[in-house]
Parts: sequence; C-alpha cells; structure tokens
Amino acid sequence: MVSPMREELVNTATALLDEDPRVAVVLADISSDLFDGAARRHPDRVINVGIREQLLLGVTGGLAKTGLRPIAHTYAPFLVERAFEQIKLDLDHQGGGAVLVSVGASYDAARSGRTHQAPGDVALIDTLSDWTVHVPGHPDEVGPLLREAVGRDGSSYLRLSTESNAAPHDGYGLVPIRHGRAATVVAVGPMLDPVLAAAEGLDVTVAYTHTPRPFDRAGLRALVSGTDAATVVLVEPYLAGTSASQVADALVAVPHRLLSLGVGRTDPRRYGTPADHARLHGLTPDQLRRAIGELLPA
Amino acid sequence: MTEIKTSAERQAQTERLLALMSRLTGDEKHAPSATSTLDALWVLYDRVLRVSPQTVDDPERDLFLLSKGHGPAAFYAVLAAKGFIPLDWLDDVGDAGSRLGFHPDGTLIPGVEIGSGSLGHGLGLGVGMALGLRARGLWRPRVFVLLGDAELDEGSNHEAIAYAGATGLDSLTAVVIDNQSATHGWPGGIASRFAMNGWDTSTVDGRAWDALEHAFTTPHPGAPRVVVATVERKW
Repeated sequence: MVSPMREELVNTATALLDEDPRVAVVLADISSDLFDGAARRHPDRVINVGIREQLLLGVTGGLAKTGLRPIAHTYAPFLVERAFEQIKLDLDHQGGGAVLVSVGASYDAARSGRTHQAPGDVALIDTLSDWTVHVPGHPDEVGPLLREAVGRDGSSYLRLSTESNAAPHDGYGLVPIRHGRAATVVAVGPMLDPVLAAAEGLDVTVAYTHTPRPFDRAGLRALVSGTDAATVVLVEPYLAGTSASQVADALVAVPHRLLSLGVGRTDPRRYGTPADHARLHGLTPDQLRRAIGELLPA
Repeated sequence: MTEIKTSAERQAQTERLLALMSRLTGDEKHAPSATSTLDALWVLYDRVLRVSPQTVDDPERDLFLLSKGHGPAAFYAVLAAKGFIPLDWLDDVGDAGSRLGFHPDGTLIPGVEIGSGSLGHGLGLGVGMALGLRARGLWRPRVFVLLGDAELDEGSNHEAIAYAGATGLDSLTAVVIDNQSATHGWPGGIASRFAMNGWDTSTVDGRAWDALEHAFTTPHPGAPRVVVATVERKW
C-alpha cells in the first residue's frame, strides 16, 4: 500500500509535470512504478536512473543547470546521506536548485532496521546554506508545500513520513495552536499530536511548523514574549537538537532555557514499529509530558 | 576555426599556449596532469566546440565540462587564448581576488560550465545536462566531459557510464585523458569499460590534433561516445 504522503507526492508531481514543461522527476527505482503513467506522457522528464544515487543527484544538478526544475525522490538515507557530496557540489556549488523529496523519515521503517533510517537528514541539510526544509505533519500539507517548493528558486527538502497528525495545519513559520504561560513548546511536523497530548492540562504554549527552515526566529521571540518564562521545548521528528542553534540565535538577547527532544544519536539496534521506536527515543506523549513537566515551576 | 596545417604553425601555437600557462603561478603540484590535457583542450576549443566568448549564455551552445578540475592551467590558457577570459587573469591564480583558482569555479569564470576538483562529478552532471537539453527540445548542442584515467577510479563515473550507454545518450561525448596514472590501472583498456556498456569508442594519440578532431566529430547516432586520448605516462 502506498502511504498517504507518498501518494500526495505522486499526484502533485504528476500534475506539475503536466502543467509545467520545466518540471522533471528524477528517480532511483524507488517509487518509479507510481510514475509509470507520467513517464509515458513525459518520457524526457520522468527519468529513472536505476539504483544509482550518485547519478540521481548528478543528473538532478545537470537538469537544473540546463533550466529545468527537477524533483529528485527516493528513500531518505539514499537521497540525503549516500551521495551527500553530490548535493553539496552538483546542486549548491554549481549554483543550481532542486527539490529533494524523501520518504522513510527517521524510524518509519522500524522493521527494516538502521540501514533504512536517516534521522540525521535535516542536520545534514543544515550544513548547506539557504535551503528550505518542509516536514509536513499531514498528507494534505504535502501537495501545497511541493507546489510552493517547485515554484520557488533555490533548493528545498521535503521530508515525508508515514507518521501523521490527525488534521492538517496551514501557515508558514511557527503557528500557535494553543497558548499558555509557563513555556513554549515547538512541535515540528508529525510531532504535533504527541505534543498536544503531552501538554494536555499543562500551562504551555504549543506552536506548530511544517517548515523548520528557514526557522521562524521572529515568531519564536513573539511567542516567548507572551509567556512568563523564556523556556523553550523543541520537539523534532529527526535528530534531537537539530534546531537548537536556531533557537539560540533567535533568543540571543534573552536569557532562556532550552530542552531539545527528538530522535537520539544511538542506533537502538531494535526492530518493531514506529511506536516502539518513539518510546525508545522518549517521544511518546507520556514521556514528552514528563520531560516538559520537569522544566515547569512546581 | 583556425586551420593549422604545418607542424611549424602547430609548434608556434603550442608555444603560445605554454607561454600562457607559464604566467600561472603556484600550480606546480598539478603541472604534469595539466599539460596532459593541453592538446585535447585546444582541439576542442579551436575546432570542435560550438561556443565562443559571445555565446557563453546561448542555449544552443555546446557544453564543455572539465570534470577532473585538477591542473586547470591548460584549461585557463586555452580560455585566455580564445578570449573567454582576459590574459591578465592568468597572473594571480589562486589569490584572494582572483576568479581563477587551483580548481575552477564555474560561477566565477565566463564560459566555464561547472565548478570541479572533487573527482567524479562531471560525467553525472553531463548526463543530466544532455537529458535537460533533450527535454527542452534543444537537439543541436552537444555535451563534452573531460576526465582523467585515474578519475575513473571514482565509482560515480560507472553509474553514469552504465546509464548513458543503456539509454543511448548520443549527445554526450566523454574524453578520457589517459596518462596511465590510475593506481591499479585498467586491465583490458579504458575503452572496453565504455564499450561493454554500449558506448561508441575511439582511442587516439592525445597529442595528434587531426586524430583528436576526427575522434571528436565522428557521428555516433544512438550511442554516447568516448574518446580515450593517450598521452605520456605521468611519471
């Protein structure tokens, strides 16, 4: 079964291929069957290079240099980690832009093991400059975000997941979902629902974003100024602390406390379900509630 | 195009290029590999590539990608001789204010399509450019990618070789300068690696201008082409 976010990717990318002669989709076998129809209509712009990730990104860079707007897609560790120098050089250094779309976020593939997990993907993208990063929290957010990313110049990374919130949320930057006085909790993408469950009854602000880069620094300052304590909790569905420096930069003029929650660095060497791995990384609502509660005044 | 018919004229042109190279400073480390490319580069820019200083942004221009990036002195000398860059750019290569470094940055130099230096990036980019030109309906431009024989050690090249051969990407020509510098060699020859993947191949004397020109301009419908240009051993 095709996951809902991946289905949105295919539908939107296929529509973009039909609408815009500049758009190309570059694949490395993964998801290629889902683009069969589009490939028949646009044989020159749906390009499957086989299981060759260095070439996936090299071709993407070459397409960008010749005036196309490529969307490169495969599984997260193969897209971002396997050929990272191609992202750095074939896109950024050549002055070209592309939209990279991954599936298989963090521990989506818990049963597949570490080889299919890349919780460090956003941290790696963070070593580059001027990338936009979208982490949709609901399948309905995928299509609009992909359209915007393709319509912009520059490079974007869309990180799709089988984890999802119950409802989509509009708006760029930090979108306040509820207000409180004791702390500001920032939930990225599919971490919103676990955070809302954790914060039930706690006097905290909860803000959501599906776009952690560029990080909404002004929005964070505004949210923090509306609380009694400059206490921030980051809850990210990728490597814990990935956005910590963004918070530090946003609050450089404000003495503050920051707790960074997310996926740990250690390979847990466990299979199981995404729910099992959420527990291994301290990201279940109960665990989040305890961690947040320890920061709040007694 | 400049027709150089006599060996005396050819010798004079080579001397002019070598004089330009000698204006470059601080590039001793890369000098042997730089001169290995000189003749192929000159033949490409003088006789083959449909690009000039006036057409560096023309969508119909041919694209030349110096994949190996190392030892760009010969490349810079040819670009200067052909008027893509001012001659005095050759005098401060690698300085803070210079547009020319020990490896070229495509965003800083008119007529240079890519930045390179990390080996094994040019052929994949070239495949993407050939596909991009086709997708835009631009059938005339050709893509030439220059690599070194040691650069072929990088596995990324073999991803590109296999794919370009399998899909018959005939607007693409790879030029491999073979100075036998690959640490473990290429038993069976470099051309065979391409041939088994469906490429049209030619192995020529990398110092023979007419042979290089013929190899670069021979039609190869339905298949990409590799020209292996053999030069003196590096050491």
